[in-house]
Amino acid sequence: MSALQHFLAMGGYAAYVWPAYAVFFIVLIADSLAPARRRRRVLRELRARLARQSARQQRQPPPATPSA
Amino acid sequence: MMSDWIPLWLHKLGSPPTFYRFAGTLQPWALTLALLLGAIALYGGLLLAPADYQQGDAYRIIFIHVPSAWMSMFIYAVMGVASFVALVWRIKLAEVVAMESAPIGAAFTWWTWDARLTSELVLLFLYLGVIGLYHAFEDRRQGARAAGFLAIIGVINVPIVHFSVNWWNTLHQGSTVNVFGQSKMAWDMLWPLLTMTLATKFYYAASLFRRARTDLLDMEGGKDWVRKTAEDEADR
Amino acid sequence: MNRPGLGTACAAMLRRDLALAWRRRGDIAMPVLYAVIVATLFPFALGPEDTLLQRIAGGVVLVTVLLAMLLALDAMFASDIEDGSLEQLVLSPQPLALLLGMKILAHWLATALPLIVIAPLLAAMLHLPGAVIPVLLLALLLATPLLSLLGAVLVALTAGTRRSGMLLALMLLPLCVPAVIFAAGAVAAAQQGLPWLAPIAWLAAALVLAVVLAPLACAAALRIALDA
Repeated sequence: MSALQHFLAMGGYAAYVWPAYAVFFIVLIADSLAPARRRRRVLRELRARLARQSARQQRQPPPATPSA
Repeated sequence: MMSDWIPLWLHKLGSPPTFYRFAGTLQPWALTLALLLGAIALYGGLLLAPADYQQGDAYRIIFIHVPSAWMSMFIYAVMGVASFVALVWRIKLAEVVAMESAPIGAAFTWWTWDARLTSELVLLFLYLGVIGLYHAFEDRRQGARAAGFLAIIGVINVPIVHFSVNWWNTLHQGSTVNVFGQSKMAWDMLWPLLTMTLATKFYYAASLFRRARTDLLDMEGGKDWVRKTAEDEADR
Repeated sequence: MNRPGLGTACAAMLRRDLALAWRRRGDIAMPVLYAVIVATLFPFALGPEDTLLQRIAGGVVLVTVLLAMLLALDAMFASDIEDGSLEQLVLSPQPLALLLGMKILAHWLATALPLIVIAPLLAAMLHLPGAVIPVLLLALLLATPLLSLLGAVLVALTAGTRRSGMLLALMLLPLCVPAVIFAAGAVAAAQQGLPWLAPIAWLAAALVLAVVLAPLACAAALRIALDA
């Protein structure tokens, strides 16, 4: 048996070891994808809100510059 | 009064825009370290370490099982401490850290759980309870305080559950799975384990930074620094 | 206006809640009925074989009683939240923890006590040996108030939210586990003729702690949830 086959076979326990590792990494990948989606959504909503605000300000003459 | 004994930089760190920048700088490094250390650990554990005398190659699960179990408890402790800080001093950032840690902790706990590890299931329920309670409130800050209170109750409960489950195991002579494995471990097996433990901690930090930054943007939506950030930053 | 004394306030609180529960005594019957149904169904599900039923009887009665209590737990503060009297309570000059303690006591009397009364019946239906029943009752007498007290803190936390019973059950389960383990452990030990005092003692100690701490925690939780 080649070294790679030996490695993959895990001494006969392949069906036990590899799915466990696979699920582990799937869980971590899922955990890292969720915040990425949320971040894009939050930024999108923020920009949309800012665009609406500046459009509204352009329609009305702006009052004295509001302090930050 | 607070800045009398908390170092000044820690106090500054509590300010959302400062933390946003700080976390943004550190996050890629933390993730890189996590991946690097993880790769090294896996190389050492899967390839270099010899097969176990009794269990053959099946034991190689421990290189992710043990760090996962440790993380499930470590994150819960962080969540408890952050909740305590949030409840006592009402620091917004502490609320964010506590609540954003919960899903990460739940993920590790879910993976760690198997039929013999009842305490991990209980821990999972604690996490899910915190997450569920947090989302049940309209006001996010109030939700964070309520869920934080629950987290603190959970911290007190976890040792009690451990103790009672151990007693139950002796009573029913069930298979007590010692999560921490053999106490004397060959160095060949130990160093990948420890490296992976470190890797998962860095992963937690990276994930937490990411989530916390987004949460801060969401919470502080009306503030100037958020407006500026939304305009400046590319969508990454 | 004279502030009523502490004892008077507590007694009044207790009387009020018991009177309210009595007016809704149909609701008291629900958990009892549920427990009886479950205990009836188990022999049908598992077969009448005596040895099997005897082994599980103690555990089944305990879990059934606890589940029945969980069903009723949600209602502890529900009506008071709806009509605003809970907020009045928080604002009252009396110590909130004590008043909440009285409410919890009233709730326990109305929900758990009937269950404990029928527990011997449930045990008999499941063929639990008669000698074990006193231990079962003792375990229930200690475990049910413990659950009422811990449950009250959790119900208080969900006070202002659009509540789902499932969330409460999820939150309650981790807190139940030690109580169930020790209560069932005591019954199992008694059934095997082994000493059963140790788990009972642990339950009693936990109950004492809970009596002191849970009303305080409940008051804090209520303040958070009602945003006082």
